[in-house]
Amino acid sequence: MIDTARLLAGTAHATRADLDTHESLHGPLTLPDRRSTDAWTASVLHEIELAGLTGRGGGSFPTARKLATAPRSRRANHLVINVMEGEPASQKDSVLACFAPHLILDGADVLARLVRASSVTIAVPRDNPAASQSLSDALIERARRGTSEVHMAVELLPNRYAGGEETGLVHWLEGGPAMPTFRATKPGRLEIRGRANIVDNAETAASVALIARHGGAWFTSAGASGAGGTKLVTISGSVAEAGVFEVTLGTRLSDVIALARPTSTISAVLLGGYGGTFVPPAALDAPYSAEGLKPFGSGVGAGVVLVLGAECCGIAETARLARWMANESAGQCGPCAFGLPALADDLEALSEARADRHAVSRLRERLGTIMGRGACGHPDGVVRMIASSLNVFEHDLELHASGARCHSATRPTVLALPRQEGSIAWR
Amino acid sequence: MAVRLRVDPIRCDGFGHCAELAPELIALDEWGYPILTPEPLDATGRSLASTVIAQCPRKALFLETLERSEHLSRARR
Repeated sequence: MIDTARLLAGTAHATRADLDTHESLHGPLTLPDRRSTDAWTASVLHEIELAGLTGRGGGSFPTARKLATAPRSRRANHLVINVMEGEPASQKDSVLACFAPHLILDGADVLARLVRASSVTIAVPRDNPAASQSLSDALIERARRGTSEVHMAVELLPNRYAGGEETGLVHWLEGGPAMPTFRATKPGRLEIRGRANIVDNAETAASVALIARHGGAWFTSAGASGAGGTKLVTISGSVAEAGVFEVTLGTRLSDVIALARPTSTISAVLLGGYGGTFVPPAALDAPYSAEGLKPFGSGVGAGVVLVLGAECCGIAETARLARWMANESAGQCGPCAFGLPALADDLEALSEARADRHAVSRLRERLGTIMGRGACGHPDGVVRMIASSLNVFEHDLELHASGARCHSATRPTVLALPRQEGSIAWR
Repeated sequence: MAVRLRVDPIRCDGFGHCAELAPELIALDEWGYPILTPEPLDATGRSLASTVIAQCPRKALFLETLERSEHLSRARR
């Protein structure tokens, strides 16, 4: 059984689980009294480590290790639950927020205790009223019950690709624009007015809520050994039933994709997110997990699985992705502000078979120049995505570079590319 | 302690003075933004670096002290 409903338990009929339903599905969450917090913290951190839980927002950093680095100062910390989901091809955090809001909030309660936070911000994109309504209602239900012990508030943020990046998030919460900031060391401390901030993704929080109830061994019992439990994926592209699915990590990639019923022969799959990696059909037999995808230079990331069928032009889709991502740049760092549009220019020229003969070598060289030179990971993600595309679509690239006409290049895109307004709202 | 030259890419506005003053340490990309040597600096490099750090009109350059392990892993790369 690969479509295991744990995080998505009870959501099959697209009904929101209120607090009573939630507790009948998962059982009540019991936090220890303040005096025994230390022992409890140690044991829950241990279970999270056993579970092998990694950050579900795309970073894939081991959650137990991240939580263990939370500062122990006299001032209480602040926790941010990231529901921003800047990836246009990802819907999983939104689905969780709409249908299983209490799982996220239970996770927030547990995480707040683990990192010694006295207040929690639930960061939701401004243009997702369904998610913010569901979470706000859930907070009210909990207040009536008196179950929440820390102050929690939903905050609505401008929805930009790079705005959900954690430094951008914290920048906005501090009163600035939702633009990434520069940290000399990564991961560095994120502070709001002198208080340390810990940012965790919504699905990570929901997973923590399950691990705190059932333990790490239970969590991993769903997947191949050591792969790390279940993960929400958003499958889209050349499929008949695009949507969010819960899969056990370690499932064969082709079996994951089969859930959404692919409509044609698969020519490539973009994994992770728009700053992720294209993998060739050879990867379809690989286990969908960090380990299994490593040989393909790829990973699970935020759980985006974008299927390109044989009818798609990989070069044209890559050019569209590159242009969209270039427009999402905050424009703060030169290599990103100038480099990404330059990459998109050459890719568009190639896709339309009007590139000069240096286009491919220029592209490859620029990929090398731009990598690692932005304040945040945005340009690196674009570089990785394009580099993997040039590999996977090497044959198509040659044809395009030689000026051959491509009938697929003008097909409508299979990508979700939200309209970008002329003036960018970072506030 | 090994040190390395770094730039805050948000502060940097691509004036390019640094590459003119210290071409040994800094090249410019096609848009005029600095590409810094990833290598730890020797004594000459350090004195050159302190000059360019002081001369940067945006005060975007700084020295980073490398952890021992980090230093080694960079050397291997």
